[in-house]
Amino acid sequence: MTTNIDTNPVHDVLILGSGPAGLTAAIYAARASLKPLVLEGEPSSTGDQPGGQLMLTTEVENYPGFPDGGITGPELMTRFRDQAMDFGAVLRTEKASRVDFSQRPFRVWVGDPEAPQPTYSAHSIIISTGATAMLLNLENESRLMGHGVSACATCDGFFFRDHDIAVVGGGDTALEEATFLTKFAKSVTVIHRRDELRASKFMQDRAFANDKITFLWDTVVEDVLGQDAVEGLQVRNVKTDKVTELPVTGLFVAIGHRPATLLFADQLKTDAVGYLITDGKSTRTSIEGVFACGDVQDATYRQAITAAGSGCSAAIDAERWLEANDH
Amino acid sequence: MSEHITTLTDATFDEVVNASSAPVVVDFWAEWCGPCKMIAPILDEIAIEQGDAVRITKLNVDENPAVAQRFGVMSIPTILVFRDGELDKKIVGAKGKTQLIEEMGL
Repeated sequence: MTTNIDTNPVHDVLILGSGPAGLTAAIYAARASLKPLVLEGEPSSTGDQPGGQLMLTTEVENYPGFPDGGITGPELMTRFRDQAMDFGAVLRTEKASRVDFSQRPFRVWVGDPEAPQPTYSAHSIIISTGATAMLLNLENESRLMGHGVSACATCDGFFFRDHDIAVVGGGDTALEEATFLTKFAKSVTVIHRRDELRASKFMQDRAFANDKITFLWDTVVEDVLGQDAVEGLQVRNVKTDKVTELPVTGLFVAIGHRPATLLFADQLKTDAVGYLITDGKSTRTSIEGVFACGDVQDATYRQAITAAGSGCSAAIDAERWLEANDH
Repeated sequence: MSEHITTLTDATFDEVVNASSAPVVVDFWAEWCGPCKMIAPILDEIAIEQGDAVRITKLNVDENPAVAQRFGVMSIPTILVFRDGELDKKIVGAKGKTQLIEEMGL
């Protein structure tokens, strides 16, 4: 956890982020003797943390190689991490506060972004900072966070035994959380702004078959009610404009993710939403020597396995680029 | 588990919190909570660095629901800091080391 200036002059590969993409890149780069340095991130409860979004999930049933009920997200990421370290990757529980890709070697700051000297410099950079969960951005949502509003169903479901609760969202994550939460809650209302779900058919079938789950279609949450704890939600039907109160004591928000690219947005090409743009099938960004993999550049698939796959590509791309540039 | 961290239970909680002259940090956690696991090594580091200046403890909410309920813990990790037996700080959610130390007032 040191934030002192690195004594190691210039790293060959510096990896930002430690979800499936970053750690797969670390495994491949370490096996290629590039001694990758991984800034794995700092703990948080939003998915923007060491291990990434999988740290907030329970069973991962679709990651190949784990039959008989799968493996939990945190356990899977612990294995990725151990495997990377087995081959000599160095992991630091730090988060970059500033990057400078305008000169080589590239420069990365941790801690004070105004510090005159960067914390690290590297010949190549692999960006795998992933995506973070979006919140509704309501004042009372943040005020009641931890008092009925939760960003992590797997962490907090336990506290809602026999409660009536709500999940906002219509994607796989929302239905996965809703289904998981029925283990504890008396009822789960899924609130979705449209009248059909984005989620996969498998997840939909599972949710529709669950007696404890009901759906509130065409509805948005306008306010979270309650003084010291959540007592209800003010919701509005977007078709009729009718405003009603939904008496629930828990709110779980699963309305999607946003790529964690703020740090790079002024230096690398992104799309309108903020995803990093890579060149064709490669992981090359708009700056030579800087590569991107995982959810930070993938608005389409966003799976653990596709992230891991692109992490492998990024390590190979970086290795070839370093060779070609005599590093 | 670390020797620097005291494990609390529903039965021992009051005794430990009330008897300590140093601030007592209580980390509410559970086995199934990924972010809890991420902050465990940080609390261990803080315990080593701060020595007797603070007493760092952890309480498994799954096995000890009474204390969690008493303090309205509805999300983990939650960190409570007690000074002279009184609740002084409540920190909800996992954070980095620097931020944790600052919010705990250490």
